[in-house]
Amino acid sequence: MNAALYDEAIKALARAAHGAGTLARPDALVRLDNPYCGDRIDLALTLNSGRVSALAHQTKGCLLCCASASLIGLRAPGAELSQVEQAIVALDALLAGQDLSAGAWSELEIFTPVRDYPARHGCVSLPVQALRKAIQAAQSR
Amino acid sequence: MSDDALVLRRQFPLLAQSGSELHYLDNAATAQIHEAALEALVQHERSGRGNVLRSGHRLAQTATLAYQRARGQVAQFLNAASADEIVFTSGATAALNLVAQSYGTLCKPGDEVVLSVSEHHSNLIPWQQLRDRAAIALRFVPVDAEARLDLAALAACVGPRCRLIALTHASNVTGAVTDVAAVVERARAVGARVLLDGAQRAPHGPVDVRALGIDFYAFSGHKCFGPGGVGVLWARGELLEAMPPAATGGGMVERVTVEAAGYAAPPRRFEAGTPPVAQAVGLGEALAWMSRQDWRRIEQRMQGLTARLIEGLRTVPGLHLAGPLDTRERVPVVSFWLDRMHSHDVCQVLDGLGVALRGGHHCAQPLMQALGIEGVSRASLALYNGDDDVDALLAGVREAVRILA
Repeated sequence: MNAALYDEAIKALARAAHGAGTLARPDALVRLDNPYCGDRIDLALTLNSGRVSALAHQTKGCLLCCASASLIGLRAPGAELSQVEQAIVALDALLAGQDLSAGAWSELEIFTPVRDYPARHGCVSLPVQALRKAIQAAQSR
Repeated sequence: MSDDALVLRRQFPLLAQSGSELHYLDNAATAQIHEAALEALVQHERSGRGNVLRSGHRLAQTATLAYQRARGQVAQFLNAASADEIVFTSGATAALNLVAQSYGTLCKPGDEVVLSVSEHHSNLIPWQQLRDRAAIALRFVPVDAEARLDLAALAACVGPRCRLIALTHASNVTGAVTDVAAVVERARAVGARVLLDGAQRAPHGPVDVRALGIDFYAFSGHKCFGPGGVGVLWARGELLEAMPPAATGGGMVERVTVEAAGYAAPPRRFEAGTPPVAQAVGLGEALAWMSRQDWRRIEQRMQGLTARLIEGLRTVPGLHLAGPLDTRERVPVVSFWLDRMHSHDVCQVLDGLGVALRGGHHCAQPLMQALGIEGVSRASLALYNGDDDVDALLAGVREAVRILA
């Protein structure tokens, strides 16, 4: 049932909009669009000593996209880059039908119902892709 | 559901087998295929498959006759002066690109092409590319408060350097039907040509291109109850004669040497390579079927359904409608957005209830920008839809509001 996509955990996460905003002096600023639906995220971050030291995003998108961006805003700041990469890989695996790997951000579990809707995978993935690109851009400075 | 809708629905294989479980309201994206079109397509591939306008064997002749018959069926649907004015393409997008590529070469630097902010990207980007290639200028007709083309602004947009006015015949977002007579009058005053993107109007009945007084018309087969992968460009014969080919290759030449090629007469000049023969045959049958329908009766029923839909949607708190409220000014395409709700989420909930519609920008991002929104949910009706579909949509929207709020 489609309503499973919109349970209270996802809606609450989207509404919380963790990390919404901008950074004054980011190490990297990435803009990604989803041409399928027009969703857009601008994600900025700074890195320090192998960690995401600060992160902010401006997201225009559906509930799933906003929830995903909010989760990043909640968990990425302060996280080691290896933990971030682990989360990105875990989300891909989750959407592909695998169980959430041990050690990955537990909140990713709420996106489990999305795996049954391939057309919506991109909604959840857009902020994550932006995060990965921003880290790569910051590291290559 | 009315008897008319029930009878029609039985003629569409997918709808007939879906029963009452499916409320298909995404016809502006792709309509369902009529049984006559599907049968013609399959029959052609089973027993009439061969290349066209080339080989002389029996199968090739059969295929050629079927292909040319389809061309005639399209000409009849459009009331074209000749079947030679019908060019088969892969779709409306390809037809519009063909005009920009080919007719565009006749434009000179400083010439102007007038579009509107309501255009589908297919009738925008080809002209942007022509502008960059040929140093022409683009001008844009704005929309009014009801998202109709602002014809009061048309005169100011169409100046003496205007070479072509290229507009949608009916908006794929708002359903607003363009006042073609006013456009043609203005075009003639400055000697400009008129192109209509008919992708959203052609599915709602035969089009009389000569009565409209236009110069180019483009539409796609999959929205007109025919197969995918085929579309049509109609143009006045004298225009096609003057236009160079947009694509080159086999089948579109008279004689070729290592130095040069002489091009065939239209329409073959514009059909390089093997065309989508079976698809064209299917489209011909779909249009022939459409031409036999009582469109006055269908239009009345569609207007009634559209009014029922609009009235129902207007009772939903926080819902906004795009497009004219007068159902006589629109095809049955109704787009809406809800405060603090994303169109894809709304459509997702509706899909779970068996109601198929589309959300997003609908390949009309400039119109979204003009309306100050990110996207809309779009319900687009076809002749087989009934009040059961409209009522399912209205109930689904209320359910979406409940779930997403």
